Amino acid sequence: MATDGAVPLPGLVEEFVAGQQDGGAAAAAAGVKAGNFTILQLVEALGPTLTSSQSQTRARGIQLLSHVLSECSGRLSEKEVEVLVAFYENRLKDDYVVTPHVLHGIKALTKSPAWPPGLAISVLKSLFQDVHVQSLMLLERSCIYTILINLMELKEEELKGLGADFVFGFVQAMDGERDPRNLLLAFQIARNILHRGYELGSFTEELFEVTSCYFPIDFSPPPNDPHGITQQELILALRAVLTGTVCFAEFLLPLVIEKLDSDIQSAKLDSLQTLAACASMYGYRELKEFLPGLWSSLRREVFQTASEKVESAGLSSLRAITSCLSRSILSSDGDDALRVFLDLIIQDCRHHLCEPDLKLVWPSAKLLQAAASASYRASHIIAGAVIPQLMEQYNNQTQCAQRRTLLDVLQGFVQPAQDGVPAVAEESVLCGFREPLCEVVFSALSETNAGLQVTASRILSSLGQQPGLLSTSHVELAVDHLRRLILEEEDTQVCPAVLECSGSLAPLYPDVFASAMIPQLKAEIFSEPMLRDNGQEAVHTSSQHVVRQRCMTALAAVSCHPTLVQQTAPVLLQVLSSSHTDVSFSIGSGLFSTDDIIAACRSLQQIAEQVQYAEETGCFFHDVIIPHLLGLTVQAGLQCDNQDSIPPQSPLTEEAILLAIVPVLSTACAHLQSELAALTASRVVSLFLDGDTVFLPGNNLPLQPQLFQKASSSCSGSQLVCLLMACVCSMPKSVEIPQVDRLLSELEELSCTSTHPFSFTLAAKCFAGLINKRSAGQALDLVLERTIKRITSELDCMSSSLRTQALTLLLWVAKALLIRYHPLATTLTDKIFSLLMDPELAPLAADGFSLLMSDSVDVLNRACHADFRIMYRQRFFTENSAKLVEGFNSAEKEMKSGYLKALSHIVNNLPRQVQLTELPALLPLLLEALSCPDQAVQLSTLSCLHPVLLDPPASPALAPQLDGLIFRLLGLTTSPAMKVRIATLRCLHALARFPDHMILPFRARVLRALATPLDDHKRLVRREAVAARGEWFLLGSPGR
Amino acid sequence: MSGSTRLENANPLIFERSLERVVTAEEEDESLADPIDDREIFDLIRSINDPEHPLSLEELNVVEQVRVRVNDPESAVSVEFTPTIPHCSMATLIGLSIKVKLLRSLPHRFKIDVHITPGTHASEEAVNKQLADKERVAAALENSQLLEVVNQCLSSRTA
Repeated sequence: MATDGAVPLPGLVEEFVAGQQDGGAAAAAAGVKAGNFTILQLVEALGPTLTSSQSQTRARGIQLLSHVLSECSGRLSEKEVEVLVAFYENRLKDDYVVTPHVLHGIKALTKSPAWPPGLAISVLKSLFQDVHVQSLMLLERSCIYTILINLMELKEEELKGLGADFVFGFVQAMDGERDPRNLLLAFQIARNILHRGYELGSFTEELFEVTSCYFPIDFSPPPNDPHGITQQELILALRAVLTGTVCFAEFLLPLVIEKLDSDIQSAKLDSLQTLAACASMYGYRELKEFLPGLWSSLRREVFQTASEKVESAGLSSLRAITSCLSRSILSSDGDDALRVFLDLIIQDCRHHLCEPDLKLVWPSAKLLQAAASASYRASHIIAGAVIPQLMEQYNNQTQCAQRRTLLDVLQGFVQPAQDGVPAVAEESVLCGFREPLCEVVFSALSETNAGLQVTASRILSSLGQQPGLLSTSHVELAVDHLRRLILEEEDTQVCPAVLECSGSLAPLYPDVFASAMIPQLKAEIFSEPMLRDNGQEAVHTSSQHVVRQRCMTALAAVSCHPTLVQQTAPVLLQVLSSSHTDVSFSIGSGLFSTDDIIAACRSLQQIAEQVQYAEETGCFFHDVIIPHLLGLTVQAGLQCDNQDSIPPQSPLTEEAILLAIVPVLSTACAHLQSELAALTASRVVSLFLDGDTVFLPGNNLPLQPQLFQKASSSCSGSQLVCLLMACVCSMPKSVEIPQVDRLLSELEELSCTSTHPFSFTLAAKCFAGLINKRSAGQALDLVLERTIKRITSELDCMSSSLRTQALTLLLWVAKALLIRYHPLATTLTDKIFSLLMDPELAPLAADGFSLLMSDSVDVLNRACHADFRIMYRQRFFTENSAKLVEGFNSAEKEMKSGYLKALSHIVNNLPRQVQLTELPALLPLLLEALSCPDQAVQLSTLSCLHPVLLDPPASPALAPQLDGLIFRLLGLTTSPAMKVRIATLRCLHALARFPDHMILPFRARVLRALATPLDDHKRLVRREAVAARGEWFLLGSPGR
Repeated sequence: MSGSTRLENANPLIFERSLERVVTAEEEDESLADPIDDREIFDLIRSINDPEHPLSLEELNVVEQVRVRVNDPESAVSVEFTPTIPHCSMATLIGLSIKVKLLRSLPHRFKIDVHITPGTHASEEAVNKQLADKERVAAALENSQLLEVVNQCLSSRTA
């Protein structure tokens, strides 16, 4: 015997068997793996043990062998497997003490790929014959199932040769299984039997019985479940078995009908889902017998249920059944199965649609719609029966609420369903009804009831989506109606519905909209104000402005087609240009108010967003809209510069309007194709740097205007830097900005020296936007070095009047670097931290953290193609929170609030998960912030506490501080600021959801304190107080 | 169709819920005082759950805004409610829920009067008397079973 290993083999065996040392098994396995000895040598060494007369000793011997085999099953030869299997098979007849180890051994052997033919059958026969599975322990039963699964993988053909005996053996083996882990295995075997076509023979019903007895599954995993088996897993595994074959139909369907009567919600749900799953594979033959029973159960579930889940499961079952019947082939002699079934449904549901009180109208309609959505034929039959009746009902009803309901139901039938879409040769189901349908829709649109109008406009857009339904005259009439509603209707629900409908129809019928909608809207926008009776003075009523703004929104809504855009966008541009020229020539207010102009800009922006990927419109924006917009604003800016003191000023120099123009330009530029973008960039840059106005339309521009001039006036060309920012900072990163270094130094100069807040802020933003996209390297480092030096020297000079400007630039540059993870960002943010100690700039610096952490709208965001890392906030927080806390602790008393403000800004912008994990460390500081007298700090702290309090896992972290927290919150309920009071009460409300044992001690005190805000003078505060106090009252009392 | 649960009024008419109150500019202005008005009181009670249906009192038309009257300067509230059927045995319980909700939600200065819409219930007087009696209301809330039902009516829908 070979004894090369450290421990001789007989010693190992001796130690394991007689010495009861389990370590021997592992050592033996390691020995075999290392090649120190072979399986044969092991068996020889085990010889005396395996033939011992003591069953305990034999068991121990087999245990050792099985263990070794389970480790080394891969390296067995076919001959070895044959011998070992024969041995183990024989041992199945041995004492019950031995059996478990034998089973483990067989399981190990089934993992070996080298099985000689014929063995599997004999092993299975012995297993089924000699072992009574359900009297074994959990682990051994699991062994049996694993053996079956392995053999099914390994020797499928041989097992099939066993015929129905295999199924019978399995049925006997799993009969009575109770453990969910084993059930999952057993269901897997059953599913394999069905899916891989094993012969069921006469045991179909037995197999069904032995699995269906678990249906519907009711299982709740034990607490701290280590196995992680869920009820859903079991349900799905069982469903796969039950719906695995059509042979089960005759047993399964009665079972489902029976279980649907159950009172348990989950059983109902499971039955309905199983029904839907099996109906999708059955044919008419399987379902035929049970259709009436199924229908009456389904109807009952949908009519009577209180649960939306059950209802929707019922509807999808009905849909599955209908689509199954639709698939069945019509036999020449028999009835049309689908028609018979649908007639049943229609007969049961139709009369509910005509009853005057309309009580069951919704469930009936849902059932009918579910059935109709199953197939084209079904929808044809149902629509033919139901739609005329609905329309007749609608015409006969007089009450608005009921007509609304009927129209809503009608909408459900008109909506195109995925499978109900007609095939190429078939025409839409609704073709037969298009005249009366359009009549109903148009009459509803002319009603005064808002609900009817909303629903009618929805029906109209569904009709429009289905090709061939609306004739040209219908479309013209529809557009007339929509236009009338846009011009006249003020209701807050109708307006958006009408706009949405127009938006969905416009791309389908652009010609009609171009001729019958846009010119009229344009006329309305430019209509002169009505003259008063004395005919002297023009008056703008506020309603005129509202109508005008609505027309502009409508123009944007219909601009979803290139040809339409080319008509609508010029109208909006004309609004801007006429507002500009109006003022230049006549004294007094122009036709358009500031709000009108802003609305026009918004509409332009919306158009730019809608058409972003159409090349044609991209060119149009590049050729027409961008130059026009730039031309107008530059002209306006320069004009008022020239005649500085003389009114009137063009409205296009107002900051609010400039800020509205910025997003138009930046959206348009962000979506330009790269060549056009490069062209635009170079034009804009040369306009600003060299005064090159060639590409701008309009002929009265001065030659070579200096747009970077540092005029001190508030109305100056320097404001126009916002246009520069809008164009160059939103370009894709691939677009090279020409003369960028010159541009940067001009911007730096402007942002550091201008005294006009709008100009220097925008210049700083533009600078930051360019820096952010500049590729790393020497050029960038040089610019940054120069700028940082300048900022630092400006900030360090306490007497300078330009420190605010320097701080603004610092903040924006820091943000630009921070979001792209540039190494210099830390230097800049540290500078900002140090400014929290600055007597003059501390409040500004603290607010600056909100700028650093939040997304800015017009620059340095994703839409502007900025270099932007999503995790930058977390990173900034982890790197700097310690500095903040330290700074707070060491700061003098009056400077502390700045730190708190900065902290609350930072924490507020962090993602929730990070907030939760960081909370325990920060809580003392946040509580401190609640006592800070600054209302902005209080508010921002409360708003970052609130989501944390709503999250149940937060409670343990808060436990030690709860006393202090509640005390401070109660104090804030009488704060002078309404928003603080509201936020405080929301936090108190959230606290009431904490575990009872933590908050019960505070109940009396909170209830007493909350009585005061119940009498608050502001209604919004009272509302929160009522909600919070109601919740605290329920706390700890029965019936919560 | 399944007769397992016996409801007194198994299939009540359901009414539409009114929309949320729109927040006005005055309400957002800190300096102005908003007096407590009818709609505010109605908003307090309209979402109370019915004891036997998964519906709110508003959806069953048990409470309506026109039957709520409040006088803020004189600190008086009067609410009339209409049981769904004249023999409704839940009338007292519904009245009690409304009363408790108002007691919990209004400042102490208010005198709260809850009664049945005249002519809509068989034992109208008896119920009104019970609801007006402070001691009986207090005693009813000592009864933990009764308190449980009332709390269930008052707990928010999502719970």
